[in-house]
Amino acid sequence: MLPLLLAHLPLDDSTWITFDIPSFVQNFWSATFDGLTFGAIYGLVALGYTLVYGVLNLINFAHSEVFIVGAYGVVFTLSGLGFGPSNPTISGWAIIGDVLLALVVGMICSALTAYLLERLAYRPLRKRNPPRLAFLITAIGASFTIQYTIFVVRGANPEPAVTMFQPIPVFDVFGTIVDSQQIIIVVAAVIMMVAADQFIRRSRIGRGIRAVAQDPDTATLMGVNKERIIVITFVIGGLLAGAAALFYVMKIPSGVFYTGGFILGIKAFAAAVLGGIGNVRGALLGGLLLGLIGNYGQILLGNSQWTDVVAFIVLVVVLIVKPTGILGTSLERSKA
Amino acid sequence: MSTVDGPTLMPDSESAKDAIDRETERGKRASRRQPVRDWWNRLPRVQQWAYMLVVVVLAYLLPVLNPPVISTEPGTDWPIACLQMAVFALAAVGLNVVVGYAGLLDLGYVAFYAVGAYTAAMLTSPDSPFLHIPYLWTIPVAMAVTMFFGVLLGTPTLRLRGDYLAIVTLGFGEIVRILATIIPAMKGQPGFQNIGRPPGTGADGVPVFSNSNGTPWYWLTLTIIIIVLLLAGNLERSRVGRAWVAIREDEDAAEIMGVPVFKYKVWAFAIGAGVGGLSGALFAGSNGFVNNQKFDVVTSILFLAAVILGGSGNKVGVIVGAVIVVYIPLRFIEIAPYKYLIFGLALVILMIFRAQGLIPARQRLLAYGRLAYNKLGGRAADSPSTTGAVPVGEKGEAK
Repeated sequence: MLPLLLAHLPLDDSTWITFDIPSFVQNFWSATFDGLTFGAIYGLVALGYTLVYGVLNLINFAHSEVFIVGAYGVVFTLSGLGFGPSNPTISGWAIIGDVLLALVVGMICSALTAYLLERLAYRPLRKRNPPRLAFLITAIGASFTIQYTIFVVRGANPEPAVTMFQPIPVFDVFGTIVDSQQIIIVVAAVIMMVAADQFIRRSRIGRGIRAVAQDPDTATLMGVNKERIIVITFVIGGLLAGAAALFYVMKIPSGVFYTGGFILGIKAFAAAVLGGIGNVRGALLGGLLLGLIGNYGQILLGNSQWTDVVAFIVLVVVLIVKPTGILGTSLERSKA
Repeated sequence: MSTVDGPTLMPDSESAKDAIDRETERGKRASRRQPVRDWWNRLPRVQQWAYMLVVVVLAYLLPVLNPPVISTEPGTDWPIACLQMAVFALAAVGLNVVVGYAGLLDLGYVAFYAVGAYTAAMLTSPDSPFLHIPYLWTIPVAMAVTMFFGVLLGTPTLRLRGDYLAIVTLGFGEIVRILATIIPAMKGQPGFQNIGRPPGTGADGVPVFSNSNGTPWYWLTLTIIIIVLLLAGNLERSRVGRAWVAIREDEDAAEIMGVPVFKYKVWAFAIGAGVGGLSGALFAGSNGFVNNQKFDVVTSILFLAAVILGGSGNKVGVIVGAVIVVYIPLRFIEIAPYKYLIFGLALVILMIFRAQGLIPARQRLLAYGRLAYNKLGGRAADSPSTTGAVPVGEKGEAK
């Protein structure tokens, strides 16, 4: 039956998928810079998946909602401070101050969501020693609860756009302009990721996180407070997701709506797997790579929605070829 | 918890303490009295069949009877509501094979439903340039195509831990919708109209299976549900079903006992996908119109909520769950906007307080049910919950 059906498929290329190679060549560099910008955001969100996976062996499906709650925090703060769809007219220092305030609010919102999620959904479940499936179902249920709470409160439409500043061209590479926004996002995200990495490698709490990731029971025997470490892990993931939320709003001012975190979450998870889940540096590498691959796919195939499809295909291919990801090592191995 | 080495090829073995706790928990659950179930299990088989026949007849009469208090009218036409419940129940029965029997979490079940619907639409609608075949033929074709997609998706992910399957299926659910939007041949929002229907015209020249009259479609769907239930029941009691239960309970142990774990997981996934495609094809036919708006990922979560709410692993339970999930928003229109919130919250709360669902699955001696119970004498009716590993051990004795 199948060969018969295939024989009847129309052979015209434009019916299925078209490859736009001239556009790909023309927009290659701008796609690269944009891809790195998105990749930095994916990396920050991916870190939250990676940390929780390392410590609890659980894919925290609700992490995408932790992110979107942060984005709502950022948008509300900025619109409360008078930012709107058009470029702000206040002085540069005032903008920096306001954006930093929004960053702090976003991080607090996300961290609080992550904390509540752990306390209200995962911890009661952990005490009951349920089968693995129960955790995943709880995670997806929690994700939906948060999404549709937002939906009930704020409706289906995206929040009004807030523009933080007018991107200024800084320099150009191969005829393509790199603007200040892209540089700020990538540099700030990389600094945060490095800080998180160093925190986990060098600090006392970071050592606790690695110990619990390696062996929770032994870690408890050695005097590590496992429950506290788990909460801290969720909060760190939340803080980084809140920072990612600020950059996301900076990049896509009108992208904040109730399911906005969902697809980004899947992409961030794909990034975490690509870099090697459980690996902090892998999250950054995977994020940047996925951002690039997604953007190349998008201009090659000619529709922005292809980024999501490409990210998904990357995830499946990585799982087939190298399920441990590019860097492969896990949280426990990254000894100080 | 030994591995944090990223995805491992085998699931983690739980620490012994966890396992023991779970066993005691299960024991507690088993010892709870279940009067209805005990009564049902004590009935002779003839009487069981007689009762079931009454239920089936009532189910067939449901759209015609239109009981006043239960009816969803004036909000929704009652036969159409019945049809929606039936299509949803069929999908839930399919998802139950994946989640309930084999313990694999499929979060993108709507994708298979969509693939089935699109297969039926593209092979019958005048809007599509493909080869056209009669509607009833699209049902097996839709099943074959969705099973193919199930195997395609299952092969890379089923070798890994269950978490990966969950997120890959979640992604797949969304991707199918996006592809339907951006691939020109899938027609995006305009979609496919005038999808085919089974043959037959009434006395007044109106086709029997019209899109506005839900009753014949409901009867067709109900018949298919009964067939699928019988087949699924047989599978459940067969070697395949025992393998699934073994995998669900402890994948490592099953592997050691010589169960080809990967093969049976792919089978469960493919069979579940096939049933999803079947219900999708029925949806497409009865609705007469398919576009990209109807297959969002939230529907997958409603399918999952139906299975978990009703009692995953229990055929009757998941049907009850599906009926509840569809019926409540249709009957109580005031709460319809909050349905995703309610069922999302229900998943979290159920997992904490009643993970086994409203009608828990019994893990009885699957292979030689009745015979084995008789041999075991007094324990028979009181212990519906014996672990999944028992049938293998008891087999010789029961014979």
